[in-house]
Amino acid sequence: MTNKKQAKRTQGMSVLPRLFKTLFEFYPVLLPVVIVCILFNAVVSSIPSIFMQKVIAVLEANWQAAEWSAISGQILKLVGILAFFYVLSLIAGFAYNQMMAVITQGSLAKMREKMFSGMQKLPIRYFDTHNHGDVMSYYTNDIDTLRQMISQSFPQLTISMVTVLTVLGIMLYYSLWLTLVVIAGVICITFVVKKIGGNSSRYFVRQQQALGRTEGFVEEMMNGQKVVKVFCHEEKACEQFDQINDALFADAEKANRYANMLMPVLNNIGNVLYVIVALIGGTLLLENVPNASISGLAFSISIVVPFLNMTKQFCGSISQVSSQLNSVVMGIAGLNRIFDLIDEQPETDEGYVTLVNAREKADGSLEECEERTNVWAWKHPHGDGTVTYTRLQGDVRLFDVDFGYTDEKIVLHDISLYAKPGQKVAFVGSTGAGKTTITNLINRFYDIADGKIRYDGININKIKKADLRRSLGIVLQETNLFTGTVMDNIRYGRLDATDEECIAAAQLAGAHDFITRLPLGYDTPLSGNGASLSQGQRQLLAIARAAVADPPVMILDEATSSIDTRTEAIVQRGMDALMTGRTVFVIAHRLSTVQNSNAIRVLDHGRIIERGTHEELIAQKGTYYQLYTGSLELE
Amino acid sequence: MIKVLAKSIREYKKPSLMAPILVSGEVVLECIIPFVTAELVNRIKAGCSMRELLWFGVVLIVMAALSLAFGALAGASCATASCGFARNLRKDMFYNIQRFSFENIDKFSVSSLVTRLTTDVTNVQMAYMMIVRTAIRCPLMLIFSFVMGFVMGGKMALIFLVTIPILALGLAAVIRKTMPLFRRVFRKYDALNSSIQENIRGMRVVKSYVREDYETKKFYDAAEDVKTDFTRAERILALNNPLMQFCIYVVMVFVLSFGSYLVITTQGLALDIGQMSSLLTYSFQILMSLMMLSMVFVMITMATESAERIVEVLSEESVLKNPENPVKEVRDGSIDFDHVSFRYSKKAKRMALADVDLHIRSGEVIGMIGGTGSSKSSLIQLIPRLYDATEGTVRIGGVDVRDYDLETLRNQVSVVLQKNELFSGTIKENLRWGNEQATDAELEEACRLAQADEFIQQFPHGYDTYIEQGGTNVSGGQKQRLCIARALLKKPKILILDDSTTAVDTRTDALIRQGFREFIPETTKIIIAQRVASIQDADRIVVMDGGRIDAVGTHEELLRSNEIYREVYYSQNKVGGDEHDQ
Repeated sequence: MTNKKQAKRTQGMSVLPRLFKTLFEFYPVLLPVVIVCILFNAVVSSIPSIFMQKVIAVLEANWQAAEWSAISGQILKLVGILAFFYVLSLIAGFAYNQMMAVITQGSLAKMREKMFSGMQKLPIRYFDTHNHGDVMSYYTNDIDTLRQMISQSFPQLTISMVTVLTVLGIMLYYSLWLTLVVIAGVICITFVVKKIGGNSSRYFVRQQQALGRTEGFVEEMMNGQKVVKVFCHEEKACEQFDQINDALFADAEKANRYANMLMPVLNNIGNVLYVIVALIGGTLLLENVPNASISGLAFSISIVVPFLNMTKQFCGSISQVSSQLNSVVMGIAGLNRIFDLIDEQPETDEGYVTLVNAREKADGSLEECEERTNVWAWKHPHGDGTVTYTRLQGDVRLFDVDFGYTDEKIVLHDISLYAKPGQKVAFVGSTGAGKTTITNLINRFYDIADGKIRYDGININKIKKADLRRSLGIVLQETNLFTGTVMDNIRYGRLDATDEECIAAAQLAGAHDFITRLPLGYDTPLSGNGASLSQGQRQLLAIARAAVADPPVMILDEATSSIDTRTEAIVQRGMDALMTGRTVFVIAHRLSTVQNSNAIRVLDHGRIIERGTHEELIAQKGTYYQLYTGSLELE
Repeated sequence: MIKVLAKSIREYKKPSLMAPILVSGEVVLECIIPFVTAELVNRIKAGCSMRELLWFGVVLIVMAALSLAFGALAGASCATASCGFARNLRKDMFYNIQRFSFENIDKFSVSSLVTRLTTDVTNVQMAYMMIVRTAIRCPLMLIFSFVMGFVMGGKMALIFLVTIPILALGLAAVIRKTMPLFRRVFRKYDALNSSIQENIRGMRVVKSYVREDYETKKFYDAAEDVKTDFTRAERILALNNPLMQFCIYVVMVFVLSFGSYLVITTQGLALDIGQMSSLLTYSFQILMSLMMLSMVFVMITMATESAERIVEVLSEESVLKNPENPVKEVRDGSIDFDHVSFRYSKKAKRMALADVDLHIRSGEVIGMIGGTGSSKSSLIQLIPRLYDATEGTVRIGGVDVRDYDLETLRNQVSVVLQKNELFSGTIKENLRWGNEQATDAELEEACRLAQADEFIQQFPHGYDTYIEQGGTNVSGGQKQRLCIARALLKKPKILILDDSTTAVDTRTDALIRQGFREFIPETTKIIIAQRVASIQDADRIVVMDGGRIDAVGTHEELLRSNEIYREVYYSQNKVGGDEHDQ
């Protein structure tokens, strides 16, 4: 759905109609068919009791006669019809069970896909401000509750409801008085279900929350288990765990107690109801009370006996409904969360300047073309209908940029800087000075509050985000690799790159050597963020990935994590190779790597406090000088 | 496996045993009630008196009340038994994990431990509940209904001999077919979920390379694959219901037609009408019990894998044990490595440390440098006995570390680990891990020494600032400094920093070391670093290479005599060389 996100978060039962709408969109044909099948199955399944009653009535009338041949026709006809309905019921049952399996899994898959593709469109801000574990649980816990609800609760509820209604109809067909007795019982049952079932649902929801807390605590402690050991904090950890664990137990016990009690209670209310119906029925029989019913039949044993059976069936159906209560309550909670994710506001993009392949015409101007020419141009449509082409060069300028992650707190003040094509600009400063933030702005992970950023003279707000990002390469501090082969990971930079191009990129990055030493070379599968590789090797892959993308502008965020000096030298060589001929922004954590930059910007608390080349800044004897010589000066 | 798990039942043995007993009572009543009601119906038909009718009614209501009491109590004790069992399992696992040594911890990944403590326990809890509830119920119900069926229906009950095998075989076939499918698809499902996790974590890369559509496509393929498998498995499983219905219908049709014949031809002698309808009830019960049994079976099979994973944690024994008569005092901060060799596991071919002989005086400052895999961390982890040396001995204050009380030892040897963690809670709470009784003044002093006081004061809530899980709301350098402060609060005799100032800038790094020198001069300090600048002022520097000590000496000595040290030094100072020589 494309309409604007509702101001209020979706809550409560109101999600159910939306779920049905969504399911209907997924399966516009199959869903109605399955509903019809379920209804049909339910109706057909309750009909046989009529014929059973008829058979028994025939027997009642004739059993002393002992003339099988006289009534065999009658009975076999009834049994035949019965069998016919059974066959119908079996077919409908088989069909709906099969279709339901398809619909359940299909809907879950589509729901997942909807969530995932929606999530891809969310801005980085969403991921920076949401706990990743919480986002994950939409896909695991919440989808699981939905599965239970769609596959079991819905058909079960539909069947039970239909059964209740048909049985009610048949009951009325036989006797109004007895039906009233049963209805009184139902009111009683409803009350009990509300009481016990309500408690049970409440505690189940609490149990889920307690489970979440336990999971969070355990995860934190397991992550820091070595720290726990080093600080002899084991007993403390156990104490804390006991508290959380006991709370979980208390909720789980109550939830399950109520849930377990519900069935016996309902069954026996059913039994009592049975007895009461039998007693009242018997009394009515004995006293010869006139019957009131649709059929107009007088009271007889052939009414009371099937009626008793129906009482059983009726109570059974109501128990079935109640047993689905918990999964429905949990399903609705999960559904609310899922729709919250789907309703998140996607990243907006008003850009209209695009990046196209271009060819130089004789007069030196550019024209658009289809094939890959390695010449790129910004295609800029103007208000008056004309289109201009600007060559992609990698000229990035920031003018008086202010920025804050929240409106209240500005973290960058008045940042102005420029990088001409091929220049290397380095950012130096302590943690939190705002170095990474600047790079977040250039590729528009975040939008600036004030000021202007121009790329090849074009305001970056006018450039389509996808094209802007395609023209920028980023090597992040923390390397993220994806499950797949080494080759897949390099090709991530440019999907249509050939194997040769990927290998060339790896060679440029200095990754080729170690890759060829891997057991399967470029085909070595990686998983768990490249867990089998060392920190340095993963960085080399990230560099190769950026190299294959071959963008005119690069943003390099140096890794802070420690790698040994030799590997560092190799990584550094890779980075240097990648930087040649490009506009580069380097976020430096080691001063040794920035000295050959064209320009160094020293940042402090979101402001540029010094700018110049290495030599100029050393001569200034300012903060850079102090940072640079810090380790010596402070002796 | 069952033996290990059963140990965790403990105080919940009583409810675990009570439940089946109560269930038996419930079952007996459940079976008798239709018998009595059938009698009641017969009496009504026979035209009995009002008194008789009431008498039956009272008996039945009492029975229903009893059945309810049994059922409700059974349900309650069942809940207590299974939830209590789960609670003990979690507790036993967590406690055992707390006893783990580093070697044990290395064996399990964090996420697998979390799953074991949550999802796996829940699976076992559900299975346990099912077992307690139905282990008695189903067989009892089955036998009872079977017997009653024969009593009531005589030869008619032979129909069960046809339908039961059909149902049993059908159910068994379904289980056999679906179990491997489910197992496979659950693995795929796990893989799908970990790919989502990967995507979320790598979102910056995805967006930088504009790979949103590519990722979506990749995900669709995987999701469709999971869907196909799941659907296949579920479709087979969905045969259960119609199969069950089929069997019931067969019995119904048979009983109604053949039963009618019997009733008529024998004039109700071989079978009367009441018996006929009871027969239908019992046949229904038999088939239901079978269905239940098959469900229990599925559940147990699914829980078996979980149970195995739990047992793995429960039966993992810590390799480090406190000695019999532990030494409770550490004399001084001297450290001696006497020909120490070490490997991480018995199976490891390579020694992580080979014949290390190193003697450190109390109060000395030792720098340690060496490439990745040179086993610097392995070496220092032997000091607080995070691992035990494979050969040779490590002594502190002249006493073998294996003779110390573990807590005493680790309180005197404070390690700031390379992989550091802060815990959710205020800064104060985090710092007090080092010393629970520390006063606010002591906290601030430690933080000043670790160069953390300044930035903490800048936080709006100062020392009461809440640290998010994993310390995500402080920067890497701030986190490292907090971890150092926490370690200082122990007031240890030996302080070890394992590469713990990597994210701290050089100036602060130097200030921290200067603080150490001035304020805790008598503490032995071991500093592992990649930056020469961080260690060049140490009393002695140890150069590690491939699990051996390559050289020991002062900065100047090593610069003159040691190849590795010189290489590292010049690679880090090649351009700025002039300044250093000033």
